[in-house]
Amino acid sequence: MTTSRSGDEPLLKVSSVSKYYGTRIGCENVSFELWPGEVLAVVGESGSGKTTLLNCLSTRLMPTSGTVSYRMRDGIFRDLYRMSEAERRFLMRTDWGFVHQNPADGLRMTVSAGANVGERLMAIGDRHYGNIRATASDWLGRVEIPGDRIDDEPRAFSGGMRQRLQIARNLVTGPRLVFMDEPTGGLDVSVQARLLDLLRGLVHDMGLAAIVVTHDLAVARLLSHRMIVMKDGHVVETGLTDRILDDPHAPYTQLLVSSILQV
Amino acid sequence: MYVAVKGGEAAIRNAHRLLADRRRGDRMVPAISLEQIVGQLALAVDRVMTEGSLYDRELAALAIKQARGDMIEAIFLLRAYRTTLPRFGYSQPINTGGMLVERRVSATYKDLPGGQLLGPTFDYTHRLLDPSLATDDEPEAPESRPQEDETMLRVSEILAHEGLIEGDGAMPEDHEIGDITREPLEFPMERDTRLQALSRGDEGFLLALGYSTQRGYARNHPFAGEIRIGEVEIEIDVPELDFPVSLGRIRVTECQMVNQFKGSAKAPPQFTRGYGLVFGQSERKAMAMALCDRALRARELGEDIIAPAQDEEFVISHSDNVQATGFVEHLKLPHYVDFQAELDLVRRMRREFEKRQTGDDERKEAAE
Amino acid sequence: MSTETIARYNFAYLDEQTKRMIRRAILKGIAIPGYQVPFASREMPMPYGWGTGGVQVTASVIGPGDVLKVIDQGADDTTNAVSIRAFFQKVAEIAVTTHTGEATIIQTRHRIPEKPLQEGQILVYQVPIPEPLRFLEPRETETRKMHALEEYGLMHVKLYEDIAKHGHIATTYAYPVKVEGRYVMDPSPTPKFDNPKMHMSPALQLFGAGREKRIYAIPPYTRVESLDFEDHPFEIQKFDQPCALCGGTDVYLDEVILDDRGGRMFVCSDTDHCEERREAGHTGHMSEEAAQ
Repeated sequence: MTTSRSGDEPLLKVSSVSKYYGTRIGCENVSFELWPGEVLAVVGESGSGKTTLLNCLSTRLMPTSGTVSYRMRDGIFRDLYRMSEAERRFLMRTDWGFVHQNPADGLRMTVSAGANVGERLMAIGDRHYGNIRATASDWLGRVEIPGDRIDDEPRAFSGGMRQRLQIARNLVTGPRLVFMDEPTGGLDVSVQARLLDLLRGLVHDMGLAAIVVTHDLAVARLLSHRMIVMKDGHVVETGLTDRILDDPHAPYTQLLVSSILQV
Repeated sequence: MYVAVKGGEAAIRNAHRLLADRRRGDRMVPAISLEQIVGQLALAVDRVMTEGSLYDRELAALAIKQARGDMIEAIFLLRAYRTTLPRFGYSQPINTGGMLVERRVSATYKDLPGGQLLGPTFDYTHRLLDPSLATDDEPEAPESRPQEDETMLRVSEILAHEGLIEGDGAMPEDHEIGDITREPLEFPMERDTRLQALSRGDEGFLLALGYSTQRGYARNHPFAGEIRIGEVEIEIDVPELDFPVSLGRIRVTECQMVNQFKGSAKAPPQFTRGYGLVFGQSERKAMAMALCDRALRARELGEDIIAPAQDEEFVISHSDNVQATGFVEHLKLPHYVDFQAELDLVRRMRREFEKRQTGDDERKEAAE
Repeated sequence: MSTETIARYNFAYLDEQTKRMIRRAILKGIAIPGYQVPFASREMPMPYGWGTGGVQVTASVIGPGDVLKVIDQGADDTTNAVSIRAFFQKVAEIAVTTHTGEATIIQTRHRIPEKPLQEGQILVYQVPIPEPLRFLEPRETETRKMHALEEYGLMHVKLYEDIAKHGHIATTYAYPVKVEGRYVMDPSPTPKFDNPKMHMSPALQLFGAGREKRIYAIPPYTRVESLDFEDHPFEIQKFDQPCALCGGTDVYLDEVILDDRGGRMFVCSDTDHCEERREAGHTGHMSEEAAQ
């Protein structure tokens, strides 16, 4: 374990993470570092291992080998897989966020929007109804959900609204790292654009670090600073987003970029 | 007036006297004997023994008589008696391969060593009411075959020769077989305790769940590999002796369901099995149990859990009819303290609702 | 078959091995206040849901010198209380009472006696669903984890929803409590009116859930706090009128319907408390009519 001043050290250090399902490769030998405030896109086709990697990083899945260490708020790096489940779950509901492709997986569908946002606050001990409600109301505003919908259940929300609610629910505790799995996946193109715009603003304003898994290069271009391209469980290319999209080196990335551009 | 709403000891006593009278029925008709129940309502006795988890025909018959034919009540009576019995030990696993078979059918082979034996079955009877049973007509004596010495090979062993079917399955070396009547249930369960729970589970509930798997809610392509009914020996180890001692024979029904399995990362494609075993003769229960057992192995076999029959907590938590009937029927008990609290709340909320309504009206009027 | 063997039972019905198993569970429960201890609940000669958990706990702690009181809805003469009291008289031949002050063990369903309990007394609750999180999360595997990791945010989500919808917390009975600052616990379906009585009680409080196979406990002088918000503090029900028979005001009342024209009276739910007050000369506005 090492301590350091924040800012000149990464937030997350991933080294040689592999996950096998029996003999089949989920992802193999993935290493990278993520810096505070940095948005990293993991792109690839379905089956490329990007979701497996995301699940390993967010401790939703145990990798077969490799380590992931995270710099806690006290500056100390901790190996995620050596933490107790209690510590991991605490991290997940305070310092981290996880935005699912399908908002129903990340929301409580039968509980009001206000309570969905307030749950994390209550989980960490906030016991003042008025304050919780005020914070929830503020967050609904920030994700452009009208204030009079605060007592409505997400069941009554459109797909785009649900996704924005899920984002508010994740960001309310001021996390430093957010994982996103195809955050615009199930949405119409016009709704996607609005959501991406909102996300970009929030990430920038809050100085969030994020790992965004997507098959959509447009999402990667709009949101991310850096990219990892995956194929068959392996990283085929990494680099700054602009560089990769404008000047892809690996043949697979070239194919990926050109096929998208043709569309 | 105030006291009248509360029940008293006298009321309970009188109710039970009336119950005893109704149980007896018309006193001009001879009372039914336990022997008659054991002999002529044998399948009812079998069900009570199975779900009561106690193999004793006479006590089961007594329970059926005392319960006026209410099967779940009879099962409950037998369970409440069973639980007070001391434990002397656990028997050896029974060997159904060495069964004295009275009925044995396989749907997977036309013929097989030992043959197909229909035995005493309702199958292929025409379900026409038989008026001769209303009188005391004696049926013909049945045909019987000479007793065969050789044991009847189980269908699962035939398939096992080719390696096409999974083995009997083994628990880890240090695993002690559980006892659901002596230890609290904990989820997820191992298969040993799960099978115990299924074996005493409600026949109707398991039948419906098994049926649901056939209709597509977690379809698992079952074949009735073998159903056999007959007597098996119960043996127990005695510390001073180096051989097991036989306690006698019990009659059981065993069902081995053979199910298709496409294979996983770890296991090659092969047939898997669902298992059912009950006291006495009850194919319906044994088959339903086998279907549910197979469905509940979804986690072990890496299958997606998508249907109720695969959901262990759901199935096992709700399969015990003694628990279920108790909790459903406890709604008859007085709840007026809680109801009073709710009554108070509803009145309060209605007052608030009405206040809001009148408030709205006034505002509307003011706006107009 | 001999019927004598069926009719003979051990003192207090349960065999001694079973009692020891249950006592171990009780001791563990006392050691970890509010924690639900799994135990191998037995089939009892009364149905699940009718007090089998409470009966097993009582049977395991009762001795020949104990004096038992059994109440259901606060009353000693409700059918199920009568039945359970008769059961212990039959299988344990112990002394019974209706007086809260005389009892060493009080088995209860849905109420805590009005008269404050004393050191040395044991209050045994019959519990239908021991898991306070059950209706928020149906899975046992998940709720156990939530308790272990003290993840109780969801509990407050429910209270938040109540306030958002109704302007106040709309839970009136089985109102969740936090025991000694650690475990969130279901007090059994007692009205929340009774919750404050659990706090720092000199008596030992034991909870038995037979069908769900759980035992939990609150040792004497333990903190028991009802969950709430700072700006929406926990409050108990208040009745507009005193008991019609004894004039008691700080008690929980039953509503008794008198006729089909909306006539009703409110009387103490705790019958023993009401009788003792009347014997001491207290009267309510309907005492005379009731006496006739």
